[in-house]
Amino acid sequence: MTDATVTPTPAPRTKGKSLMSEDARTKKRNAAEKRFRAYGLGAITVGLLFLVSLLWAIVQNGTPAFTQTFVTLDVALLEEKLDKTGNRDIDEIKKVSTFGYNPLIAEALVTATADIETEVTDKDLKKILSASAAALLRDQVIANPDLIGETVEFRLLASSRVDGYLKGRVTREDLARDKNLDAAHLDLIDVMVEQGSVERVFNWDFILGADASESRPEAAGIGVSMLGSFFMMLVVLFLALPIGVAASIYLEEFAPQNRFTDLIEVNISNLAAVPSIVFGILGLAAFIQFAHLPQSAPIVGGLTLTLMTLPTIVISTRASLKAVPPSIRDAALGVGASKMQSVFHHVLPLAMPGILTGTIIGLAQALGETAPLLLIGMVGFIASNYPDGVASGFLDPNSAMPAQIYEWAKRADPAFYERAWGGIIILLLFLMTMNIIAILLRRKFERRW
Amino acid sequence: MSNLLLIAIVIVLGAVGYVLGRKRALNTAGGNIRDLHSLPVYYGANTAMTAVVPAMGLLLVWLLVQPMVVNNAVSGMISDATIAEAGSRDLVMSDVRRVADGLDLAVANGAMSGAEASNLDPSTSDVRGILAAVGVALGSDVSSETLDAAQRYRGMSGTGSIWKAVVVIAASVAGLGIAYMQSHKDFRARNIVERGVLALLIFAASIAILTTLGIILSLVFSTVEFFRLYAASDFFFGLRWNPSFSGRGGGSELGILPLLWGTLYISFVALIVAVPLGLFAAIYLSEYASNRFRSIAKPLLEVLAGIPTIVYGLFALLTVGPLLVDVFGSGGLLGVDWMAGGTAVMTAGLVMGIMLIPFVSSLSDDIINAVPQSMRDGSYGLGATKSETVRQVILPAALPGIVGAILLAASRAIGETMIVVLGAGAAARLSMNPFDAMTTVTAKIVSQLTGDSDFASPEALVAFALGISLFIITLGLNVFALYIVRKYREQYD
Repeated sequence: MTDATVTPTPAPRTKGKSLMSEDARTKKRNAAEKRFRAYGLGAITVGLLFLVSLLWAIVQNGTPAFTQTFVTLDVALLEEKLDKTGNRDIDEIKKVSTFGYNPLIAEALVTATADIETEVTDKDLKKILSASAAALLRDQVIANPDLIGETVEFRLLASSRVDGYLKGRVTREDLARDKNLDAAHLDLIDVMVEQGSVERVFNWDFILGADASESRPEAAGIGVSMLGSFFMMLVVLFLALPIGVAASIYLEEFAPQNRFTDLIEVNISNLAAVPSIVFGILGLAAFIQFAHLPQSAPIVGGLTLTLMTLPTIVISTRASLKAVPPSIRDAALGVGASKMQSVFHHVLPLAMPGILTGTIIGLAQALGETAPLLLIGMVGFIASNYPDGVASGFLDPNSAMPAQIYEWAKRADPAFYERAWGGIIILLLFLMTMNIIAILLRRKFERRW
Repeated sequence: MSNLLLIAIVIVLGAVGYVLGRKRALNTAGGNIRDLHSLPVYYGANTAMTAVVPAMGLLLVWLLVQPMVVNNAVSGMISDATIAEAGSRDLVMSDVRRVADGLDLAVANGAMSGAEASNLDPSTSDVRGILAAVGVALGSDVSSETLDAAQRYRGMSGTGSIWKAVVVIAASVAGLGIAYMQSHKDFRARNIVERGVLALLIFAASIAILTTLGIILSLVFSTVEFFRLYAASDFFFGLRWNPSFSGRGGGSELGILPLLWGTLYISFVALIVAVPLGLFAAIYLSEYASNRFRSIAKPLLEVLAGIPTIVYGLFALLTVGPLLVDVFGSGGLLGVDWMAGGTAVMTAGLVMGIMLIPFVSSLSDDIINAVPQSMRDGSYGLGATKSETVRQVILPAALPGIVGAILLAASRAIGETMIVVLGAGAAARLSMNPFDAMTTVTAKIVSQLTGDSDFASPEALVAFALGISLFIITLGLNVFALYIVRKYREQYD
């Protein structure tokens, strides 16, 4: 008691050295601490800034691809040009090539711009339209021959320069040395926009359509290559999932500790790190040169990507098999199940959510992979035809989304860059959806034992 | 008989076997399941398995062997003069195959009858025209020798496929019969089926080995072929990369050194970007960040790792490249004229660095977290600040692991393709200027194999030699990295 009441004598003050005031060394150390912390935060900030600028570049450059400029024209479908006999025989009508439709369009353009004062000669008017306009007109007439003889309103694709002008990509200065369009055309377009006959609308053809030749970026779409990717992913799913799961079950549940098992394990971990281009070489040599499978076919792409995805799936499947507690196996064996039954009836179903998550992530990785596809020939041609059936979907040459994006990025016309960015948006949307599904699956079914 | 039909028949036989086997086993037990050794399903599965698996194996072997046998027999018929004229035996053989396939197609389409096709005379009928009509284009008119070979080819293939069908179906039926006879209530069907399933599992696991073997074989054969056409010393020590574009070979300089230099330079730039950023990010996330911050920032950083490389390639080509030219190019912000075009070592390296940040950071994060807490506590107890602890205790302890992570990142950078194909340029040069366009091993693999050149020319075969160099370099780096990481892990276990 007495001790407590004694007021403690104040500590003897050493001159100028309070614990409360930092000396030079402490200051230095604390400053170093703050700096270090700032470096760390800075590194994360820079990383996130990169992410933001990447996404910004994608959205900024890609969104214009989803709208397209169209010119609305009243085209007189003259009977004497399209159906000379007048009996609406479909074979007769088909004989008229797109050249037969060009004069009609030219005529319609002259009529439409008759009351607009412009320096553009009548002959040059067609430059504001896409080269595919006549083909579009022909397709519609063949689909509906009754239109012949009437004046019908058509919405025709504008040329990529006009489209670029409305999107701000093409300016009058750019056109000074451009033989495809003149500044005078743009003045005309300005007037037509005010009249409402030229407008930008949402571009379903980009999402669903086929690729177009080098000179018609305005007509290019990613739909066909999306189908190519889809068929490839089917191959990957139906090969990589069963093989990967079977391999993991063997390695995790049955494999004895021996050289052979070690060899497999070393191989799997090495394959996971082999550059994807090497798998492309393998695909080229094994599937195309040796097995003579058709070049550029989704089935070859799928097989190559399967080999590439297998290690990913095996690694994640093994992790989820490992996460199932041994008590489950013991209980199954205890009531008389065989080893095989305990695995297939009890362990595998419990590990399934984890396996599916890993598979989806592996598929997403395969969907975005480009390099192997270049080597098995999925670039360098125009994926302009929809596959006509399931077998042709697997076996006919096609492109795939990432290969299509690469193809567009390689083309000379900058109008294709916009398509490439737009394609990336679609690709990333797919990847995002797959990853979100994987995360949700994991959240919903994840079990802690 | 087409292969698909054959497979369908075998599968149907398997299904029939399933039903029969199950029924017979049940009958022998007088319908009482408890008297059976295994569950009824296993008897069915055993019969189906015995009917399908050997037959399918036989079919597979037949499909692999028959073309070889037929090719050998037919190519013996071709005279040396024809081969000398066409350039190589392979070219003549591919013509023969095209003619044979075309004739088969013509018969299938009904353009001619089977007898007509077999008795074609090249001197009287226009074989090329007939084949063109069914969609098979030939480079030249068909000589009588080629046509004879093609007829022989057709004949052998035809007989072969009839025998194939007979043998495969016989094997399937025999398997079915044997297993059906075996199905008895005391037959240990489950054990047999489980052994079969285990064999299937082992086969699936060996696909990893087969893949590696496939990679090595496909690379080695073509590389040996390449070194027969082009001196190995010129490839490994040549200072110039200058393939001729004629496609017929000759006059090409195919030295790997400029490509290797470009690869290493770009990877170096990428690591300069990725390692400090990734390492500091990992340190901050594991030592300083609150749980909340960590749970947001870490997944966001890892988004960078999930973005496909084609996106980074486009970003390099269309955004970063022009931006760098604006800064370092002529008339740029800095007033220096270092950079001529958007594609350069710097462009590709920078973008690749961004891609590698999450790779370095999550690997280092794991390693830093693996350092035991007691070491941190000891350091704090001695009065060290957090940064001193990180620098003097944690980093030295985690160093082998971090070096391993950096090596893995380097291997990733060396093997990266799309970013360099789009962002680094196409010219191979040995230059020190990071703003020059250079090219890499991977980019040249793509350009040599996607061009028009003939696959037998050194210009195309060089891609396989490049591929094997790349494979060995990345494999070596990975093995070395894993060795270091593994050695480090043993310290605390």
